Amino acid sequence: MPKDSGIGASSKRREDVRFLTGAGNYTDDINVYGQAHVYFLRSDIAHGRITKVDTSAAEGMPGVVKVFTGKDFEGVGGMPCGWEVTDKHGAPMQEPPHPILAQGKVRHVGDPIAAVVADSLEQARDAAEAIDLDIEELPAVMNMKAAAQDGATLVHDDLKNNICYDWQLGETDDAKVNEVFANAAHVTTLDLVNNRLVANPMEPRVAVGEYARATEDYTLYTTSQNPHVIRLLMCAFVLGLPEHKVRVVAPDVGGGFGTKIFHYAEEAFCTFAAKACNRPVKWTSSRSEAFMSDAHGRDHVSKIELALDADNNFVGLRTNTYANLGAYLSTFSSSVPTWLHGTLMAGNYKTPVIQVNVKAMFTNTVPVDAYRGAGRPEATYQLERVVDKAARELGVDPIALRRQNFVTQFPYDTPVALTYDTGDYNGTMDKLEAAADLTGFAARRSASEANGKLRGLGINCYIEACGIAPSNIVGMLGARAGLYDAATVRVNATGSISVMVGAHSHGQGHETAFPQVVADMIGIDESMVEIVHGDTSKIPFGMGTYGSRSLAVCGSAMVKATEKVIDKAKKIAAHLLEASEADIELKDGQFSVAGTDKSVAWGDVTLTAYVPHNYPLEVEPGLEETAFYDPANFTFPAGAYACEVEVDPETGQVSIEAFTAADDFGNIVNPMIVDGQVHGGIGQGIGQALLENCAYDENGQLLSASFMDYAMPRADDVPFYGVDHSSQTPCTHNPLGVKGCGEAGAIGSPPAVVNAVLDALNSGGKAVDHIDMPVSPSRVWAAMNG
Amino acid sequence: MYNFEFEKPSTIADAVAALGSEDAQALGGGQTLIPTLKQRLAAPSSLVSLSSIAEMQGVCVEDDGSVAIGGATTHAAVAADAAGSYPALAALAGQIGDPAVRNRGTIGGSIANNDPAACYPAGALGSGATIVTNTRQIAADDFFQGMFTTALDEGEIITSVRFPVPQAASYQKFLQPASRFALVGVYLARFADGVRVAVTGASEDGVFRWSEAEQALSKEFREDALMDLNINPANMIADLHGSKNYRAHLVKVMTKRAVQATI
Ligand SMILES: Cc1cc2nc3c(=O)[nH]c(=O)nc-3n(C[C@H](O)[C@H](O)[C@H](O)COP(=O)(O)OP(=O)(O)OC[C@H]3O[C@@H](n4cnc5c(N)ncnc54)[C@H](O)[C@@H]3O)c2cc1C
Repeated sequence: MPKDSGIGASSKRREDVRFLTGAGNYTDDINVYGQAHVYFLRSDIAHGRITKVDTSAAEGMPGVVKVFTGKDFEGVGGMPCGWEVTDKHGAPMQEPPHPILAQGKVRHVGDPIAAVVADSLEQARDAAEAIDLDIEELPAVMNMKAAAQDGATLVHDDLKNNICYDWQLGETDDAKVNEVFANAAHVTTLDLVNNRLVANPMEPRVAVGEYARATEDYTLYTTSQNPHVIRLLMCAFVLGLPEHKVRVVAPDVGGGFGTKIFHYAEEAFCTFAAKACNRPVKWTSSRSEAFMSDAHGRDHVSKIELALDADNNFVGLRTNTYANLGAYLSTFSSSVPTWLHGTLMAGNYKTPVIQVNVKAMFTNTVPVDAYRGAGRPEATYQLERVVDKAARELGVDPIALRRQNFVTQFPYDTPVALTYDTGDYNGTMDKLEAAADLTGFAARRSASEANGKLRGLGINCYIEACGIAPSNIVGMLGARAGLYDAATVRVNATGSISVMVGAHSHGQGHETAFPQVVADMIGIDESMVEIVHGDTSKIPFGMGTYGSRSLAVCGSAMVKATEKVIDKAKKIAAHLLEASEADIELKDGQFSVAGTDKSVAWGDVTLTAYVPHNYPLEVEPGLEETAFYDPANFTFPAGAYACEVEVDPETGQVSIEAFTAADDFGNIVNPMIVDGQVHGGIGQGIGQALLENCAYDENGQLLSASFMDYAMPRADDVPFYGVDHSSQTPCTHNPLGVKGCGEAGAIGSPPAVVNAVLDALNSGGKAVDHIDMPVSPSRVWAAMNG
Repeated sequence: MYNFEFEKPSTIADAVAALGSEDAQALGGGQTLIPTLKQRLAAPSSLVSLSSIAEMQGVCVEDDGSVAIGGATTHAAVAADAAGSYPALAALAGQIGDPAVRNRGTIGGSIANNDPAACYPAGALGSGATIVTNTRQIAADDFFQGMFTTALDEGEIITSVRFPVPQAASYQKFLQPASRFALVGVYLARFADGVRVAVTGASEDGVFRWSEAEQALSKEFREDALMDLNINPANMIADLHGSKNYRAHLVKVMTKRAVQATI
């Protein structure tokens, strides 16, 4: 029987009522009395030296409050990077300055040069057109391999080259790796590109800065996944403000997908300008601006080599990746191609020797940072493509090859720095084989062929490290922040509960799932519990939402705080029941004395806490507890996916006929929400695999600068998904035994789709080894006719 | 966008008069023009909306059997109201954009704009339609003059488009994955006296007639008649979504599918 409330129930998403009835309070819905609007004049040149910015005409235009240029920020900090990567020679990464407005040079199309604050946005745009600008164009640094050569044009003149770091993980002894490959019975090699993506959340970024002259308090409303992180970075590194004078609010935020984690120049600008102009300043990104100023995702060029012995055991793996960081270091950009990518190269397999090499490059493109999955999709894509290619080359069943090499003993220490706590990859694969009806594939292929279509089946396994992360470990790896989270459980006198959580919900359904946990622990109705999030003035602290961490990390803090509340409530109940605290049990919202029929209700105890007439004197009145939780390890969701495609051999058009996901997320609080997260993730992964491609020309002009050329997946591009979450090995180190589900779909689906397309193309006598994503009709056709 | 005056006349004569003032521009459904204005890529002094002119609205069958469509008729109205009289054209209109676009965008706007990937230019050229303006009648063969270029003079408006109705016709649209305009679209119309094949999305010269295919199919209306024909890729469009060779190939595939659909 499915449960109808508490942990394990598919409670309906309570937040959807306001989202679906137009009653959400999105960031752009926030308008502050007297606000002015800012328009950013952005570079339309990818790389150039600014020789003149004359704002005098603009300053006199109607409605103009003030015009800012890079000069106004000379004494102000730049945008910081939150993760210092150490390269393989022990040197810190090269870390160039990232000014709020361009100083000296522009480094990508979209780089802000000047900002006009005016009464209206149109007036600000009018004035921006009157800014007299001279930029001496320089050659654009676009190709990563060329950019790594000696003598290449420098994106940052003060750096020694365009390589941010040359990083390595795993086996450091090249000779040993060479020997493994030399002695291998078979080596499979693949060169591939992980295409650059634009997240395109439905709500573009917004920032509204406000300053109260009398009290010197600032408020920033912003589209953020982590308002406390923004406050910390902006106060400590950019503007030098005391945190207690700055409130950051992230209200309903219309989607994030990673791109709203980072601290952006526009946020710091609006906060700074609110004081400088003595007026609130609002910025809403246009969709065109979003394409050229939101951090992009992915953009890796990799070579991967897999060595197998005569029995098809994986004996060695080596990767060489160029990772594009764009023109500047975005907040967490440096961690993505390294600790979120290299560490996942073992995948689900017990390959003993692994060497991961990553050169991270500066180019004249928009900065690249975490996007749903962040590093893990790039790792999984390489690994699962090369495993599939090896199966094809060796003529063995791709599932059998995977099973043979699965990690089966836990905990398992990988050669790339992780310890998998638990998992059951064979069990999950069993679930997939059943759910996807793989035995029926041959018949389905025949039916497709009778219709003139090629049909392919693509299999893929994935593992991800989620619930980021133990602070002591990430600290050793270069993180400049801790990655715990916090929650305050505030019980009101009448027994209802507000939980202030550091996680931010921008579509994930926290407002429904988190209360299910607290209500279940106490045994009260879910409607008595509500979460509060997204406002630094209301919540204790929070590192925010990304890396599928909210329930695993913040949820654990919430459980700890709830336990503290229950402990204290038991003391009060013991007093009321004239019993010993040790004998008090809590069930279904009733405190009772073990072995008796004496009990007192939750609401009577909470009322007593606030009206402490008959009260244990040694206990403080009130009922409110806070907990911070720092995880002991990452969590390791894993799964197996199957995708079936049909390819029209005449046009190269690919259609996804079936997609089945078997995931192991450990324990599940709300199965419906988890299904939805997987659906969304797969949708984005299918987008990457078939449609999305952020492309530049050789001069650094963005070719896919709008939805006319950047193909977002639409409802009819994706099938109805089959999802199976019955394979559950609970996480061993957090109180709920949960692992996280937000990114799995986006990590596991691209290789499944591409493997399926290649399987189709290799049926019927065709032989196509490789196609890069997006596997568009023209690319498929070219590969078939190449 | 920049500021502009706005007028909404109710007769063609008033619209033409209003368009006589300097830098005035006609506004159909605004599905192309409004985004252009928002990006500040155009700065008309005034916009003259054609949407309230009753004589430019609707679909009707003329005495000679041709279907006349008012220049300000929306794609949605054509999709619904021409379904009986000219089903292939109605189907073309029903595949343009999404419901919001179809409920605003107009046939006159589409044909006047002559986007190289738009659908209506193929429908009009493939049908051998006549473009009727406030001053004259222009054969489709003379009207479309290359990407975004037409025979229209300054201030001239398309008041209606007259389509002779073929025995059978089909529009085969291969979607550009992002915009869902035509990556290649082929409109094939079979008349008693021959076959017309118009191709959109493919050529750097905009919509064009594939005359070799027309001749071959007029002789023998079978898929096989196309077997030995090939489009020269030299003039095809190459972009993110397809090479010249791919587009040339698709022209043939889509033409073949149009034959299959009308046989
Ligand atoms: C999301 C989206 C998807 C689309 N998909 C497709 C598609 O799949 N296929 C397709 O063919 N099109 C597509 N379009 C374009 C759409 O069909 C437009 O409606 C059309 O191109 C322009 O028509 P309009 O009435 O909106 O004209 P407007 O945008 O108002 O005007 C366009 C131009 O035509 C002029 N004009 C307008 N009416 C007249 C007239 N009667 N006489 C003379 N000049 C006139 C205007 O001055 C302007 O220069 C799409 C548009 C959008 C926004």
